[in-house]
Amino acid sequence: MIDTLTLTAEEAQRLLRDGEISGAELFAAYAEAIGERDPELHCYLHLCDDPGGDGIPIAVKDVIGTRGIPTTAGSRILQGYVPVYDATVVSRLKSHGLRILGKTNTDEFAMGSSTENSAFGPTRNPWDPSRVPGGSGGGSAAAVAAGLAPWALGSDTGGSIKQPAALCGNVGLRPTYGTVSRFGIVAFASSLDQVGPVARTVRDCAYLYSIIAGRDPCDTTTVELPQPVALPEGDDLEGLRVGVPKELNEAEGAEPGVTAAVRRAIDLCGELGAHVGECELPLSVEYGLPCYYLIAPAEASSNLARYDGVRYGFRATDAADRLDMYRRTRDEGFGDEPKRRILVGTYALSAGYYEAYYGQAQRVRTVIRREHDAAFERFDVLVSPTSPTVAFPLGARTADPLAMYLSDLLTIPSCLAGLPGLNVPCGLSDGLPVGLQLIGPQFGENTLFRVGHALEQALGFDPVPPRLRA
Amino acid sequence: MAIDREQLLHVASLARLELREEEVERLGAQLNDILAAVSKVSELDLSDVPPTSHPLDLVNVWGADEPRPSFSVEDALVNAPERDGDSFRVPPAGS
Repeated sequence: MIDTLTLTAEEAQRLLRDGEISGAELFAAYAEAIGERDPELHCYLHLCDDPGGDGIPIAVKDVIGTRGIPTTAGSRILQGYVPVYDATVVSRLKSHGLRILGKTNTDEFAMGSSTENSAFGPTRNPWDPSRVPGGSGGGSAAAVAAGLAPWALGSDTGGSIKQPAALCGNVGLRPTYGTVSRFGIVAFASSLDQVGPVARTVRDCAYLYSIIAGRDPCDTTTVELPQPVALPEGDDLEGLRVGVPKELNEAEGAEPGVTAAVRRAIDLCGELGAHVGECELPLSVEYGLPCYYLIAPAEASSNLARYDGVRYGFRATDAADRLDMYRRTRDEGFGDEPKRRILVGTYALSAGYYEAYYGQAQRVRTVIRREHDAAFERFDVLVSPTSPTVAFPLGARTADPLAMYLSDLLTIPSCLAGLPGLNVPCGLSDGLPVGLQLIGPQFGENTLFRVGHALEQALGFDPVPPRLRA
Repeated sequence: MAIDREQLLHVASLARLELREEEVERLGAQLNDILAAVSKVSELDLSDVPPTSHPLDLVNVWGADEPRPSFSVEDALVNAPERDGDSFRVPPAGS
């Protein structure tokens, strides 16, 4: 009997290698769990047949192109689109024998923090189905939490891997910008988008990262990793310098239960041998959100110009002429959030406003990079809550876009700086998971894995939502 | 800085977005809230700070120009909303 709620990818691999289970049995166990729990949770937009083989199953966020498998990015404008090629990350999964269980739900074009912006309906949080799983990668995070996949791929522009991992109680890595190929990914904001792993343990997360990372000739922004991925083993943090950025840890709106759980994890770093000290990111937190909500929409308005109803996806019918077809296709095909961002981005890039908005935001981005560089002169890793709150009720932030944007207050600054971030569950508040954010310097993933693994061992967080236990 | 109805319709037109009347009101109000919030970046005097367009300091590299297989015409057209032989079919250009 395979218990998908507790099985890690590492353990699954051992069972497969030792012949204790077959690939088909393993795939079927997940398919059964999906059949049982996904009607309530709606993690998946599309399910795949078992492609055969003896590899570990995996879920893939629906912004990642999969040959012969529908890829919608959670948008009506891509309904029915079936890519004719695989994203490079998908080719890498396949070359390692991994088998795709299905495509997971996402906010439309990965724009959102709750998965409620999906054109195909929201995903629900496995810890409490009246609450959101976070977003945009709520489908991947909820699937891993609910035992509907042992691990998954997500994508992160301003927190879309880390924040849902925090709200669903699993481990999610936003890698250093440039380490994972975006070839074949539905583009949102190209100077920020990264693909990364979601898993139940830090070791699984590190292993999946090792599969997808590295230079890709098809994505000219990618680089080789300066050192190979090291699967973490140790349980101490001797010699490590842990920085606690005041502004990230004392942010307005942070729930006391979140702050308390994170504080305990920080104290634990000290007990495990780390040197813990306070530091500052004076402007990064205050100006990160406005900076991001200029740069990301500006880039999105350009990237989403390709959806014109000509080559693929949805097209409005009965248009009077070509321009009418473009305009109506985009009005009927896009939901509210992409429209808002296209409008903000087009405005911020338009003549007369470019320098005041987009140009100024790019300068703020330099300031944010410099503040992080300064912090990493003194520290090896920075820690804070990933999300100021635990999972919030469905509908709580949908009427007010700015309230939704605040969900990513703590994840955005390091994304703008291009830095890697790891979410590790660090406890519960009101019965819901709290996420600890570990931020590293560029290419600092191995340090994040080391810290995350040591804390994971010491904290003993149980990632299985109690309501799903048999 | 608030944008009025006329500006909103102009921006929407630049973005090739037809907005229905109900959207003009709702999205227009939200847009003004968002612009008011992001305008916070103008508080800082950053005239001597260079812009960041990309978080990695990459240098350009040249690759050899090696031909490799590309999509077949059939693959390229398989997702077309409407096709005409080996072409994408679109409505006529307006006057």
